[in-house]
Amino acid sequence: MQDNPSLDLRDRGGPQQPLVIARDLRKYFPVKGGGGKAVQAVDDVSFTVAKGETLGVVGESGCGKSTLARLLLHLVPPDRGELVFDGEPVGVAGGLPVDALRRQVQMVFQDSYSSLNPRMPIRDSVAFGPFVQGKKKDEARKIAHDMLSKVGLDPSLFGPRYPHELSGGQKQRVNIARALATGPRMVILDEPVSALDKSVEAQVLNLLRALKRQFNLTFVFISHDLNIVQYISDRVLVMYLGRLVEIGPIDEIFDRPLHPYTRALLASRPSMDPTRRIEEPPITGDPPNPIDPPSGCRFHTRCPFAEGVCETTDPMLGSWEGLRSHVAACHMHDPRSGHSGIGTA
Amino acid sequence: MTDTIVLDKPVGAFEEQALPANRVRGYWQSVFYRLRHDPVTLVFAGIVLLIVLTAVLAPLIAPFDPYKESIVDRLKPFGWRGHLLGTDELGRDMLSRLIYGGRVSLLMGVVPVVIASLVGGILGVIGGFAGGRTNTIVMRTMDVFYAFPSVLLAVAIAGAMGGGMANGMLALTLVFIPPMCRIAETATTQIRALDFIEAARATGARNITIIRYHVLGNVLGPVFIYASSLVSVSILLASGLSFLGLGVRPPIPDWGLMLSTLRQSIYVVPLVCALPGAAIFITSICCNLVSDGLRAAMDVRM
Amino acid sequence: MLKYILRRILYAIPIAFGVSVVCFSLVYIAPGDPLQTVMPPDATAETIAIVKHAYGFDKPLPLQFLIWLGRVSTGDLGVSISTRRPVILEVSEALSNTGLLAMFAVPLAFLIGYAMGAVAGSFAGSWIDRVVTGAAVVGVSLPNYWLGIVLVIVFAVQYMLLPATGMGPNGSTNFDLMQWSNAKFLVLPVVTLAMIPIGILARTTRAAVAEVRNQDFVQTLRAKGLSEWAVTRHVLKNSLPQVMAVMGLQFGYLLGGSILVETVFTWPGSGFLLSKAIINRDVPVLQGTILTLSLVFVATNLVVDLLQSLVDPRIQRG
Repeated sequence: MQDNPSLDLRDRGGPQQPLVIARDLRKYFPVKGGGGKAVQAVDDVSFTVAKGETLGVVGESGCGKSTLARLLLHLVPPDRGELVFDGEPVGVAGGLPVDALRRQVQMVFQDSYSSLNPRMPIRDSVAFGPFVQGKKKDEARKIAHDMLSKVGLDPSLFGPRYPHELSGGQKQRVNIARALATGPRMVILDEPVSALDKSVEAQVLNLLRALKRQFNLTFVFISHDLNIVQYISDRVLVMYLGRLVEIGPIDEIFDRPLHPYTRALLASRPSMDPTRRIEEPPITGDPPNPIDPPSGCRFHTRCPFAEGVCETTDPMLGSWEGLRSHVAACHMHDPRSGHSGIGTA
Repeated sequence: MTDTIVLDKPVGAFEEQALPANRVRGYWQSVFYRLRHDPVTLVFAGIVLLIVLTAVLAPLIAPFDPYKESIVDRLKPFGWRGHLLGTDELGRDMLSRLIYGGRVSLLMGVVPVVIASLVGGILGVIGGFAGGRTNTIVMRTMDVFYAFPSVLLAVAIAGAMGGGMANGMLALTLVFIPPMCRIAETATTQIRALDFIEAARATGARNITIIRYHVLGNVLGPVFIYASSLVSVSILLASGLSFLGLGVRPPIPDWGLMLSTLRQSIYVVPLVCALPGAAIFITSICCNLVSDGLRAAMDVRM
Repeated sequence: MLKYILRRILYAIPIAFGVSVVCFSLVYIAPGDPLQTVMPPDATAETIAIVKHAYGFDKPLPLQFLIWLGRVSTGDLGVSISTRRPVILEVSEALSNTGLLAMFAVPLAFLIGYAMGAVAGSFAGSWIDRVVTGAAVVGVSLPNYWLGIVLVIVFAVQYMLLPATGMGPNGSTNFDLMQWSNAKFLVLPVVTLAMIPIGILARTTRAAVAEVRNQDFVQTLRAKGLSEWAVTRHVLKNSLPQVMAVMGLQFGYLLGGSILVETVFTWPGSGFLLSKAIINRDVPVLQGTILTLSLVFVATNLVVDLLQSLVDPRIQRG
């Protein structure tokens, strides 16, 4: 995956050590005046991110992907669970302070009208990161200039402009430049192309892949669009209602999806192929309320294979043996669950 | 994953084709541009400037000594013996007293607004940015003062403290702090929810830094617009306080005070007695129109 | 729905409490000893001590506040130093006189202001709009006490049509609305008082009407074939809640902020009572009046909010 990790002076554990280990991350948001209830945004999610890979994160709106992204950056502190970055636990005494984490991980937001300060020229928005992390103003400006040209924007032309003068695709390139300006090792991209036209989307995706290679980056790519995820990811993580339901290499997930939800997601992609016609909707019903999720397996209310055990017991994610592992949290793949469909999927 | 691009192509291959518009105009530059092309506002701003200059250059412009009394020349009409605008109940020249009176009225109009903007603005930004309990405490405290009609509060504070110019200005400042605080808090809360603030936080910036570089620039606009609209209110309230005897003390010339002392004499020289009020009115309405023009120039969605 | 009402009322209670704290402390921010106001200047040390104890000035401040609060909640606002009458009586009489003014000024302001604003909003951008908006700006920038004086000069001095001051012939305070000889005293104060609310209401109405006209449902109405006049009626109906809320607030403002106009016309209302109390340093009346007026204002705001939430159910969810 990563060609020469030893070139990066900040690297601690070598190429085999995962860059990020997330263990049992939980984040609940209390409902205002709701008497103790909370939105269970992220519920005991564990996974790793290998150095140099692109981990895709998919799921419908409200499944907790954005909260997960913010947990990885510690923009939002987890209620439970831990985050380990290149071998060091984050945010605990003796481990990596959150400040230091922020120098190594950055985030690209979905392009919205509010992703850039409307009163700041582009170059200052990009230079802000390096400036905050200790560089002098001129140096920061120079880094900003550099970055802008690396993302394909002429710095003398675009630097002094304001966000409202730029198109969507141009603004997103600025967002990328801003994230890379501080020289991170990992970039979390939260729906980075969702707001863009299709033609621009392709350009930005290609740009991201080229930059990843050039700067030896690790990506966590969040999207609800499966086609994009397929194009850009090495491995994919599927989320449903705050839980991790399936994780595995990209080809395995798309050829042999294990979890019924993943299957439904893949089946529901609109296709240009006239032979691939679907009459029945793959999933019925609305996603349940994250404040009051279904008991046991959260998908059981919409799953065509649901049985009694699915309602009573939380399914366990299969044992994870390495980066080629493909596991799902479904009773049909757990020999101990007693589900009648074991071995059929 | 399939490679659809040749890896060795330089990044320059992805350069944006579309260039932005040629004119680079920041927010403040566009504001000035709009103002320059708004004749109505410019005219009234000119009048305000004239009034301010007259007040500042009072010693050079005023034809007579505003304090010089004359028992013989009391309550004379327009044009009497060189007194262009007549004389007051103690024989002093009206024109000179009006010119000098402008100093006090303008001072009492502007100073409280400026101080209230600073204090209220800072409180509002702190409350809005901190959110949660801090915000609730700040805003609830402001709400208590909002529970008083402004005139009543100003009169109550000035009256309790015994009147005088300084107390009057203090009373007005206290009256204006809650609305300024509320404006700043609303703006800050809105800004805080936007993505670029989160992006700034993701770089590890401290709150103070974020406020300084990202929040203040966006909050300044609404605060300034509102403050400019308060100036005319402040002039009205200030002269109202003086009218009630809670502002400056005689013989210092002040438009509100002059209106009060001349009231008895409306049966003698009605036009002269109405003059100070006309001065208040003209100043107030010009400030109001200029502030409206500023709002129109500044309140644009970009 | 009931929950919202309860919540709103509950919210008003700490505000009322805060208001009473402010009113109480007004006396203590005054320069000089509050004791001076109730004592003859040449009292002996012994007398001072006795009076101090009688008034409770020797107790710690928070305790004094609680005692004062207790008395006030039962309606005992003390006794006026100048007239020796109970403050509560003075204030309620004065307030009813002010209420008389407000009762006429607000509907007048509403009628004129709403009409102006409706016209301006319906023809937004045209010269009519600009003229009306200009008039509204004039109304808001006018020192109303000056307007009062000017009106007095024109109608009382020059043309002798209306009385200059007072509430009734020979300074009487008994009011008989039916007699012109009495009612004519109302005219000038009411008109003067209505000036600023007219400006504010005109502005508010214009903004509300212009905003409603831009909404999609208006186009739908036209597409259905409604005449322009019928469409206008719909628009006006929809803009009414916003304007009524402002009107309610103006009523509160007039009750509490009438001091300037009442001083000009020597109208024996709450504002005039207040200015007399300031001149005479009549502390009990000062405190009692300010407390009453501000609590009335809080109550008015509460009523306006509740009424508005009844009319516009969207407010409850916020």
